[in-house]
Amino acid sequence: MALTPKERMKIQRQDMPEREPGVRNQDFKEVNVGFDLKLAQLEAERCIQCKEAKCIDDCPVEIDIPLFLEHIANGDLKSAAEVLLKDNALPGITGRVCPQEEQCEKVCVRGKGKGCPVAIGHLERFIADWARENLDEKFTPPEPTGYKVAIVGSGPAGLTTAGELTKKGHDVTVFEALHTPGGVLTYGIPEFRLPNEIIDAEVDRLRRMGVKIICNVVIGRTFTIDELMNEEGFHAVFVANGAGLPVFMNIPGENLKGVYSANEYLTRSNLMRAYRFPDYDTPIIHGEKAVVIGGGNTAMDSVRTAKRLGAKQATLVYRRSRAEMPARNEEIHHAEEEGIIFKLLCSPVRFLSSEDGWVCGCECIEMELGEPDASGRRRPVPIKGSEFIIECDLVVEAIGTGANPLLTSTTPDIELNRWGNIIVDEKGMTSKAGVFAGGDITRGGATVILAMGDGKKAAAAIDRYLCEKAAK
Amino acid sequence: MFRILDAKQLASDVKWFRIEAPLVAKHRKPGQFVIICLDETGERIPLTVADSDPEKGTIELIVKAIGKTTMVLCRKEKGDSIAHVMGPLGRPTDIEKVGHAVVVGGGVGTAVIYPLAQALREAGNYVSAITGGRTKDLVVLEEELEKVSDVVYATTDDGSYGFKGTVADKLVELLEDKERPIGAIYCAGPVPMMRAIAELTKPRGIKTIVSLNPIMVDGTGMCGGCRVTIGEETKFACVDGPEFDGHEVNFDELWDRLSAYHKQERVSLERMEHECELDAQ
Ligand SMILES: Cc1cc2nc3c(=O)[nH]c(=O)nc-3n(C[C@H](O)[C@H](O)[C@H](O)COP(=O)(O)OP(=O)(O)OC[C@H]3O[C@@H](n4cnc5c(N)ncnc54)[C@H](O)[C@@H]3O)c2cc1C
Ligand SMILES: Cc1cc2nc3c(=O)[nH]c(=O)nc-3n(C[C@H](O)[C@H](O)[C@H](O)COP(=O)(O)OP(=O)(O)OC[C@H]3O[C@@H](n4cnc5c(N)ncnc54)[C@H](O)[C@@H]3O)c2cc1C
Ligand code: FES
Repeated sequence: MALTPKERMKIQRQDMPEREPGVRNQDFKEVNVGFDLKLAQLEAERCIQCKEAKCIDDCPVEIDIPLFLEHIANGDLKSAAEVLLKDNALPGITGRVCPQEEQCEKVCVRGKGKGCPVAIGHLERFIADWARENLDEKFTPPEPTGYKVAIVGSGPAGLTTAGELTKKGHDVTVFEALHTPGGVLTYGIPEFRLPNEIIDAEVDRLRRMGVKIICNVVIGRTFTIDELMNEEGFHAVFVANGAGLPVFMNIPGENLKGVYSANEYLTRSNLMRAYRFPDYDTPIIHGEKAVVIGGGNTAMDSVRTAKRLGAKQATLVYRRSRAEMPARNEEIHHAEEEGIIFKLLCSPVRFLSSEDGWVCGCECIEMELGEPDASGRRRPVPIKGSEFIIECDLVVEAIGTGANPLLTSTTPDIELNRWGNIIVDEKGMTSKAGVFAGGDITRGGATVILAMGDGKKAAAAIDRYLCEKAAK
Repeated sequence: MFRILDAKQLASDVKWFRIEAPLVAKHRKPGQFVIICLDETGERIPLTVADSDPEKGTIELIVKAIGKTTMVLCRKEKGDSIAHVMGPLGRPTDIEKVGHAVVVGGGVGTAVIYPLAQALREAGNYVSAITGGRTKDLVVLEEELEKVSDVVYATTDDGSYGFKGTVADKLVELLEDKERPIGAIYCAGPVPMMRAIAELTKPRGIKTIVSLNPIMVDGTGMCGGCRVTIGEETKFACVDGPEFDGHEVNFDELWDRLSAYHKQERVSLERMEHECELDAQ
């Protein structure tokens, strides 16, 4: 029996069951436990099935959200999964890491005024997890088009494009520099937020669809893009190599032992599983007193990793106030619960060295907020004479990433903006014919779902480009 | 999986491998390296490509067993395989005609200079090679270097073999030889050795290229772990190097950073030895 809108409006938002902060901050198992069927159905019933669903428009991959929620409410999980997977090849991932509060859930009518939006993200995760265990998908290969497409990078942008183009019958090969696919999902985001087995399963599903992934190939070194097109027979290339260049603060003491970029720290821990040293061979420095600099997801992930690796004191240093932090609310909240110390409105000026070359302190200066800057956030201004020292034996700088020039420097005919990001037109095409790009390499550090949206758009454009080629 | 097609012990702790890696072989140039990872629990470590055959799709590696990963690797034989071989990485050496080129290798560094000697010779240079070790057993690749250089000098600190002294001592002799002035020096080995060579040649203004060996993870410029200070600038050795102007390198910093994981490296080694003992029982 379908509920009336009035009955639906009475249901309260269901909270995501989580593990206890004091327990979970000791290990790398997932923080969120996930809905069970009862909770999921109750939450899905809160959707009032808007005729013109704004949530769909605000989803970069345009999932038919009301429809999959309706199927959940009716207990038809198979249909819900099919609706979800049609538009999103990585739902177990986005259901865990998407900033829903900035997208679908932001425009949900249930969230108007004092209300709470439908927990679309939690339900996405619920269905993705159900599908992984239960859905028996048969992939019938489409009619081959005879076109070969190369994808550079196996992050969310590359994987999405690969899936979409494979569905259209193109012969798709993803080239990944590292030894494991997934991009930031694998090397950056820790297992307590996104377990690697989820990524493996969703990548494996793409492989079963027919996507080929070749690891250990660095485009720009192993092959150039010109070689892919002129010698290896690829008709189009999609560049999705991410924003993998660490930005350092350029302050004294940065090269002391015990000072990491977030990329290195997280890669050691996540990709190389250094948190399981010595069962895994890669070492990582465990600090008793860790300082992490930054206010984004990367900073939260780093500081929570440091805590889990045994830091008695794990401090986040951020130059603005909590309100300006770019990290997802959920992550900030979880970090606070887990006992992370927030030192807001201050910024490091130098790192101090012990006698034997290890970092032993972080000198900071206090800040106050001035006029808004280009980002619209109030600019932090140092307060003279307010320097103070935080004792520490581990520092992780998580102040952002830039465009990695390794690939673009070998392809001079791809136009870049002044930050080194690839310039694309509205279809995702670069200045080089047949070469498309998307994700962080075109946007600078953005989000998983925006990268996937780019991938989807570019896939459509690449398909059109190849069809036009065929017509000629 | 990358198959080991051939393996040969060169010295008690140095082993040579020929490995099937067609994509690397096709594009590799002298001075470039690969990053390998032995298995799913392994560490990623950089190794210079000593030689390659694009036709056969093979590369050659020369490995000195100094810690867990290199020791496990050096126990592998023909028919075994390596889970991951990624590359080629780094910038190829600028091979120029300088007249008299001297390549200097200490320990593992000899594996790094071997392909350089070969390429420099092919470019028409007169190549002198100096390879050194503390004692006779530690001098490696002398025979191999003979094939790709015009003259090879082996040195030992204790005089148990060849010239008695360090590679730097031998280099001083060559620097004084007015008959054959040196155009450029290419050097790889332990940091103190490279520092000593750079200090020798700086006042004389002789171009000195050093191949740096910082700890690496990804090898693509993504992590910054391999950062080194060259002049006033921070560079990532995996993409901007591994070769740099020896007169500009901050060797103290490099030396210090290399010790970051000494404690953990010992843990890994002890654990491995323990496992080997158990296996033997
Ligand atoms: C620690 C961290 C936490 C984050 N948390 C969130 C979050 O909670 N929610 C969210 O939405 N976003 C988050 N983000 C941002 C998000 O991960 C990125 O926006 C997204 O991954 C970008 O996807 P992409 O496909 O463009 O690139 P990437 O995910 O960066 O993937 C690029 C891939 O290309 C490979 N590659 C690079 N160069 C080459 C080459 N020359 N040849 C071959 N392969 C190459 C790389 O190895 C990599 O695997 C986070 C980012 C970080 C670093
Ligand atoms: C560009 C480059 C080319 C190299 N070429 C060769 C070669 O041709 N033959 C050869 O035998 N060796 C080479 N090396 C050195 C080799 O990478 C190290 O010996 C190896 O990583 C040691 O690993 P391990 O686990 O056996 O020893 P560990 O016990 O882990 O380390 C011993 C020492 O090796 C260094 N080291 C450790 N981990 C790394 C790492 N991930 N990356 C770099 N250095 C590390 C540290 O100084 C450490 O103290 C090269 C290094 C670089 C950077
Ligand atoms: S090894 Fe990571 S940047 Fe060089």
